[in-house]
This record gives sequence, C-alpha cells and structure tokens, in this order.
Amino acid sequence: MSKNLRINKNNFIDQTIRISFKFNGQQLFGYKGDTLASALLANNIHLVGRSFKYHRPRGIMTCGSEEPNAIVQVGNDPSLTDPNVRATEIEIYEGLEASSQNCWPSVNFDIGAINNFLSPLLPAGFYYKTFMWPASFWEKYEYFIRHSAGLGKAPTKPDPDIYDHQYSHCDVLVVGGGISGIISARLSAEKGLDTMLIDDKNFLGGSTIYQENEAYKINDIYSNEWLAKEIKSLKNYPNLIIKNRTSLAAFHGYNYLLARENLTDHLSISDRKNKIRQRLWKIRAKKVIIASGSIERPLIFSNNDRPGIILSSSIKKYIDYYGVKTGENISLFTNNDSAYETAISLNKSGVKVNVIVDIRKNSDSLIVKEALDLGLKVLWESTVVETQGYKKIKSFEVMKLSDDGNNVIGNKTKHNCDCLGISGGWTPMVHLFTQSGGKLTFRNEDNVFIPDEDKTPPNQISVGSCNGEFKLDEIVTRTIENLKSFLDLSKTCYDEIKINCPDEKSKRNIWLLPSDKPTGKTKPFLDFQNDSTAKDVKLALREGFKSIEHVKRYTTTGMGTDQGKLSNMHALGIIADTTGTNMGELGTTTFRPPYTPLTFGAIVGRNVGEFFDHTRRTAIHNWHVKNNAEFENVGQWKRPWYFPKNGENMHQAVQRESKAARDSAGILDASTLGKIDIQGTDASEFLNRVYTNAWSKLEIGKCRYGLMLNEDGMVYDDGVTTRLGENHYIMTTTTGGAANVLSKLEDYLQTEWPELDVYLTTVTDQYSTISICGPNSKNIISKIVPSLDLSDSNFPHMSFKNIKISNVNCRIMRISFTGEHSYEINIQSNYAEDLWIKCMEAGKEFHLTPYGTETMHLLRAEKGFIITGQDTDGTLTPSDLQMDWIIGKKKFDFIGKRSLYRSDTIREDRKQLVGLLTDDPKEVLEEGAQLVENINTKPVEMLGHVTSSYFSPNLNKSIALAVVKSGKKLKGKKLIVPMENKNINVTITDTVFYDKENKRLNA
Amino acid sequence: MFIITCPYCGDRDQTEFSCGGEAHIERPKQPTELSDDEWAEYLFMRKNIKGVQFERWNHSHGCRKWFNIIRDTSNDKIHAVYKMGEKPPVI
Repeated sequence: MSKNLRINKNNFIDQTIRISFKFNGQQLFGYKGDTLASALLANNIHLVGRSFKYHRPRGIMTCGSEEPNAIVQVGNDPSLTDPNVRATEIEIYEGLEASSQNCWPSVNFDIGAINNFLSPLLPAGFYYKTFMWPASFWEKYEYFIRHSAGLGKAPTKPDPDIYDHQYSHCDVLVVGGGISGIISARLSAEKGLDTMLIDDKNFLGGSTIYQENEAYKINDIYSNEWLAKEIKSLKNYPNLIIKNRTSLAAFHGYNYLLARENLTDHLSISDRKNKIRQRLWKIRAKKVIIASGSIERPLIFSNNDRPGIILSSSIKKYIDYYGVKTGENISLFTNNDSAYETAISLNKSGVKVNVIVDIRKNSDSLIVKEALDLGLKVLWESTVVETQGYKKIKSFEVMKLSDDGNNVIGNKTKHNCDCLGISGGWTPMVHLFTQSGGKLTFRNEDNVFIPDEDKTPPNQISVGSCNGEFKLDEIVTRTIENLKSFLDLSKTCYDEIKINCPDEKSKRNIWLLPSDKPTGKTKPFLDFQNDSTAKDVKLALREGFKSIEHVKRYTTTGMGTDQGKLSNMHALGIIADTTGTNMGELGTTTFRPPYTPLTFGAIVGRNVGEFFDHTRRTAIHNWHVKNNAEFENVGQWKRPWYFPKNGENMHQAVQRESKAARDSAGILDASTLGKIDIQGTDASEFLNRVYTNAWSKLEIGKCRYGLMLNEDGMVYDDGVTTRLGENHYIMTTTTGGAANVLSKLEDYLQTEWPELDVYLTTVTDQYSTISICGPNSKNIISKIVPSLDLSDSNFPHMSFKNIKISNVNCRIMRISFTGEHSYEINIQSNYAEDLWIKCMEAGKEFHLTPYGTETMHLLRAEKGFIITGQDTDGTLTPSDLQMDWIIGKKKFDFIGKRSLYRSDTIREDRKQLVGLLTDDPKEVLEEGAQLVENINTKPVEMLGHVTSSYFSPNLNKSIALAVVKSGKKLKGKKLIVPMENKNINVTITDTVFYDKENKRLNA
Repeated sequence: MFIITCPYCGDRDQTEFSCGGEAHIERPKQPTELSDDEWAEYLFMRKNIKGVQFERWNHSHGCRKWFNIIRDTSNDKIHAVYKMGEKPPVI
C-alpha cells in the first residue's frame, strides 16, 4: 500500500509543497495542486468506496465531475461535514479529512457486500416487486430499507459558513476553459465585449494544456505550448473576468445562468476563517458560448467496475498533469484512437503498457502508428470478456470478436495487470444546451447527440467538442468560424492559424460487448453508482417498459449523484439495439439542473436567520419590548401577544387584560392594520363596487364597517372605512390582508374600471394606530385632547375628528372592535411612541392596561365579531356568517354579488357561523375541534368545526364560535365535540355572547 | 426566468412581475342578467394552452401597473407586450 507512484514532473504540480491529509483515518501526503483522487492514486489507493446496492468495491474511475464511484464524506465536524463530494474534484489542503461512504464497518471489509452474492435475487424493480405484500408490512420493511439506503451523512448542526450571491450582466459568458473556450474568450474580449470566462477546475486549458505530443501542433509549436501562450495573453484584457473553480449549475431561458464559485474549499481550515465559502453567480448574459467539452465513455463488459479500471483519458491526465502512475502494469481496452495517446504518454513516462485491446479491425492513423513504432502490442478485433480481482483488478481475459460483433470466437487469453484503461469514445456535454431549451440531433456516424443548429435558442452557441467536434483542427477552425458570425467579427487574430493533428478514420462501436458466458452469468455495469447493469435494462424492456424515461426510473440508471454522465448513452444504446430502434428516434432523458450538485448554502446565500424574511415592527415596538411583551408573528409583523406581569402565564395575563379592558380601560397597538388612502372624484362609487354595503350616503366625518368579497362570493377581508372629505376616504384592512387587498383593488381599477377617477396609496407604515377602549376611555382621551367635545352628539360612535395633540395633526375615530366605548388615534408613526407614553400617563389613574392580540381576539369573540382568516377560510359567504344585513341588495353590482345566488351559495345546508356554549362552563374547546351529532352511527358525520374558543373572564364561562352545517337553523341544538379521551357536550347559541344590546358602546 | 419589457419601465427580470392569468376576460357589465352557467364560465373557466397564450401581468415589484403579454408557454418566447385597454397586436 505504501508505494509511491509519483513520477518527477513539475509542470502543474508543485512538488516542493507537501500537503498532509487523512483518508479513512490514514495519514497520507500529496502535493499542492493534487486532487484527493490524484493524491490517493499516488499512494496506490484505488479502493475508495462501495457501490450503492451490491456494496461492491469501487475505485477512482475518472478525473472530473462525472466520477460515479469515488464520492466521499469530507470533514468530521457535525456542522461542516460535506457528503457525496467527488474525490476527483476536491483539491487537497493541509488537514483535509475524508472518508469512504456506504460501507460498514470499513471500506475494506463491508458487511453489505453480501448483497453482491445475492445479486441474482436483486434485479431491477426488486424493491417495487418484493415489498408490495402484505401492504401493512411496509412500515417494518421501510425501517430496514431506509437504514441500508442513502449515501453520505448530512451535517447535523447549523452551517456556520458564509455564502454569497452576486449578479453579473455580462455581454458574453464563456462556459468552459478548454481550448475552444480560451479561443472564444479571447475573440470576445478582443472585440471589446464585457466577457466572463468560467471553468470548474483550478487551472485553464482543459485537456489540451497537457497534450504534449509531436502529432499535435498549432502554428508549428506543440498545441499545449500554443495554448499556454494564449492563456497568458488573456491577462491583457481588462474587460475579461476569469472565474476558476466555478461550475455552471443551470442554464435557464433568456440566457439566465447560475454558477457556483468555490472560494475556500481548497484552503486549509485556518485560512478559511471569515471568508465567503461559495458564491452563487446569477448571470444574465447577452450572449452565451458553451464550450463545456466532452467526456470519455466507458466500455460495457462483464465486471467492468473493479477498482483499477479507469477511463483511458483519465489515466493520461493522472500521468501527464499530476505525474501519478495509476498502475505499473497497465493495459488498455478501446474502440477508438484516443487510448493510443494514453499509451504513448505512459510509455514516455516509463510506465509499462502491456497490451492494447481494440475492438476495431485496424487503424492506420498517425497516432496508432506512433504507438506501434514504440513497440506496443495491439490485439485487434478483440474484446475483454471477463476481469478478475476483488478489491483491485488483477487480470482480464480477451477473446476475438466475430465479424458482426455479436459474439466472441476462438480461445481466451488471460493477461495480468494492475490497471485497465477503457475508452468507448466521447460524449459531448450537451446538458447546458438542452437545459436552455435547445434540441439535440443524433449523428449516426459516431453515435453522438449534438446540438441541432436549427433548434438552438437565440443568443447562444456551442463550440468545440460539446458541439461534436473532436479533432483539434476541427475544434479550432470551426470555433473561430462560428464565432465570426456569432460575435459579428470580420478579422480575427487567428485568421492565419495552422494546425497539424492526426486523423481518425477507423470506427467501431458496440454498446454491450459480447461474452462467452450467457447473459445471466455476467455483470456488465452501466451505472456504476446505482449498480444497474445491462441485464437490468434488458429485463425492464422484457417487462414492457418502452419509454427511456420509464426504463431510467425502473432501473435507476442515471439517477445517482452523477446523474448518469457516464451511463446514459450506453443505456440508450442497449435499448436501441434490443428494440431495433434508431437512437436518434429514442431520444434522451431530460437533462435537469444542476449540472453538478449545489450546496443548500449556495442556494440560500445570505437569506438565513434574521435575513430569511422581513420583520416588520411597529413604531411602538421598543415600548412593548421594555414592558415584557410576548410577541406573535402576524404575517411579517411582530405584534404584542400579551403583556405578562409578575410571572403570569399567557392565560393569566389574558384574563387580567380582558377584564381590565371592560372594567376600566385597555390600550392596544393597532398600527399593523392595513391603511389605504383613497382619493378621487369616483371614490364613493369605487367603494360601492368593492364593498357589499352602500357608501354613497356616508357623511363626511363618519365611519362604516365594510365587508369585501371575492368574485366567487366568499368573504375576503373586512375593516372600517372613514370618509375624510368629499372625495377622500381612509380604508382599514386586516393586518395580514393589507398587501393583497391593495393589489386586488389596483387590479380592478386598472383593468376593469379604468374610467373611475380613483387613486390608492398605502399609508400603513406612515400612520400608527393607538386604540383605547373601556368605560374610562372617554376620561383618558379628554385628558389628552382637552379641547375636543367628546359628547355623543358632537362625536358619536362611528365618526371621526381631525385633532391636534401637542401640535401634531392626528385623526381620531370613535370605533370599536371590542364592543366597549372606544377610540382609535391615527398619528404619524414618528410621534407614535410619544403619544403611547402620553396615553399611559394619562391613563395611570384609570389603571389603563396594555393588551395584546390574544385579549383583542377574546374581547371581539365575546361580541361575536369575526376575524377574517380565523373564523372564515375562503369558503364562507356573508350569509354563511349570518351577516345578511351587510349585503346591499338594492345595489346594482359589487364584487361577488352575482355569486351570492349561485346554486351552491344558496344551499341551506352550507356551513354557517354559530356560537357554542359548553355544558360545563369551565371546559374550553380546542380551536379546530370537530362537531358531531351522533357519535354512535358510523361513519360519524362531521357537521363542522370550532373556529374561535376562549374562556371569557367577563362572562365567567367558556365561549366559542364555530361553523356548522345548517347552523342558522340549529340554535339550541346539542352537539358533541369528540376529543381524544372524552366527549364534550355543547349547545349551539347566538354568536353574540356579551352586551347583546350594544349598550356599552355609548357607556 | 424570462425578461419582460414592462411598457412603462422597460426590460426587467421576471422576478419583479406576477402573472394574473388569462387576459381579455372582461368582467360582465350586468352580472345579474347572467345564468349560473354563464357566470360560472366567466368566474372559473380559463384556458391553459401549450403554445401562444394571452396573459395579464403586473409589475408588482416595480411600477405596479398591469399590462398584457402574448407568450408562447412552450418556450417562454414573448411575442408582444401591450398596455391594458389596447387591442392585442396581430402576430
């Protein structure tokens, strides 16, 4: 294990800076620039995890975001640990601790691996089929399934990291920093466009930057040298922003893109302090250039999932970029030329390449010739049929392919190895293109889905290998050519470019390679993370699944954290072959964002804790806090709920407050009620149309209660509106309904009644409202406004006066939500706390008691006043609320009028608002409790439910409001409220419990 | 996430707007004259087209003005934006 597989190569990895890290508790070393994967491979560690279903040993298979196997848990801290991170993307840092997932007790000895031997019993759809019967057993099954399922462990404590959001409105966004992305960025910047170039790696240049091969030259120098110069030249453009470690997550319509920038994940823990961890870029680009490249395909043969089986291009990157040998006796298995480049790279670095197995009959391209000249052995027209080695590949067996490729022939030869590179061709990364709404077309010649030029959304272009261009000269020249028209360029700095590169002529593709064993005896893995095999896909087809979307869900192919980046094409290919369909007709599954997993932190950004939502506080809030108020959230508002004194609980405080308000005086901060200023020559007509009752005759200086319906006839909001002048009203709404009422009224004004001369302005925040009620309220107000004549003749109930308090203009209304003699003062918010204190001082001799929302609710319930949203739920008409008196039947029209006599709304057995009294006056009902008549006839019919319930200290008994079917007709009827451990007997009553004659209003 | 050209403010992000459903459903001038079925047609029945649809939108986090747009719901392409009360342009 402790072998060092590093070769001396310093182009990209700084071998002077050693970094120590831990993997599964073992102390290891790597170098600055290493990924966790490259550092593990340098330490000869291949086995990094267990597969999801069968718990088979799995190793590092790729070098990028497509990695299906090497996903690890990073960190131990319960608030910082990060599950399901790809080892191929983690840059190692001092103190990194990572561990394997999905294995117990350890990755080397995993009990779950028994599933591997049970695998013939665990086919696709196993869980669906097995755990269906008996249905009642599901809860028992679920316990075990949940425990054995799932990959990493989520953090258990709040995330202390800082995440950020930032907008960009660039002219051009280039996604991908490979050769085509670099060329694109330079052309765009050269033209003077504001350009942003993003790449998910910590370096630019893609795979070309380490492609040091005689065969590839641009302008007569090695392609990697040419590209390095180009990257250097990008520094000369101040209008070009380059973002490394930034992964594009989503490409939405109208060129709106989300990208996640990693800022600290590569730093040592101590260097991260107080820094932003990740930033989510919200980019609205005028034009987008997708240069997302392509990824290599695996080959599908039996036991193709053993640790040590790695994509051939990844082996090349590990040796050429990281200077890491993935083995010392490597063989390659391919269907195309690119594996030969890997062979040449390995050979140059002194790694033995044992044999190259190629399914093609031959190839005469330059690169193959170069490999043959080096003396490498190629087995043409052959396939790997089996591999051996449990925790790491030891050997593989090769047979000749038949002419049609459907069978194997001849003798088996066995070859020893410690690493097998596989190459099944290339898949263009079209995820972003399709996310944006682009449609794909299938190119039969090399079996790739590529962007359909005619079905590309406007203002975007795909360039390079994600557009199906794989040859260097094609990539460069076509990128330049396409960008000339896309960016409207005439001459470019690349016009004289000269490219040399080898030409691949020979092609052969077999999606599922044949074996000498029957299908049932092989394990050809398609989706490595989810353990779905070619067999599973074929089984799904036999069982009648036809749509690719169904096969995907049934077999879970492509549903892992890697979203099938490696597996999807083969699944499609096998389905096409089995059903005799063309892949192009079959189509692909839907590519959905995010391209790579996003952290929740990045998604929510700064909108956490107190920034999650707005908090609205009244102008008197500080006084409430100083006076020990408990607060209740009402929409975004913080409202005093009750004011406990001397250790009172809520019930005790509310009983005291309620009694005080009726016995002497109470004071309420009602500032949160919505206030809409209505002006215009048609203001009265407007109110006639939006409220159920009539408004034209309301005198100036008078107030009126109004009920507002929806067009469907259901009660929507209510409140008191005051006529301040001929063409001037102020409307109050419920606290929670304020914004919606304003929007609704604006909607009608702008769209249905544009002829009305009416203007609406919200003044909820500008005015604060102090409500004083109780028999002594008059005495208190007379102390504060001595000049005001408070007699019933001058200032009767439901009227208003303009007054001055200490030279501040105020509006005072004599209106009541408690049934008591009561005043509401509206004052500019900046004077509100002052006035409140003044009221408290003036009220001292009358024991003026501040009360909160709970007491307010209790007092109004004693009077049977509804609270919209508590006693109503959008299914009650005014008639259902026994408020027929408020419907202006003579009015020509108002919002919702026609709906009041629809066949449904005139039904007599609708739920209707009633009062309830419990037989035991001490028994307080639970709000929401059901009401029934006969508990013994099953099923028990639900007649209605309790909407408000309190113990009234003023009546010394429990009272409640409820909605009950045909309730209007049931006064005096006995009903039952069945609770968990008892049945409560109740009687239906009138909704008004206290002061039915309204004598106290004028007391 | 599309961009809407508010007829009063210009190009703005979709997040500033809210959709008010199908456009050109006029509130009956004399609702009391309508049968239950006719009133229900106005009250409840809305089209939900895959393709070109006429919609009401409100610049709710901007100028708060209502206006109409013609949008292809299959690809979010906005064919036209016009003010309330204006006749829909022919597309």
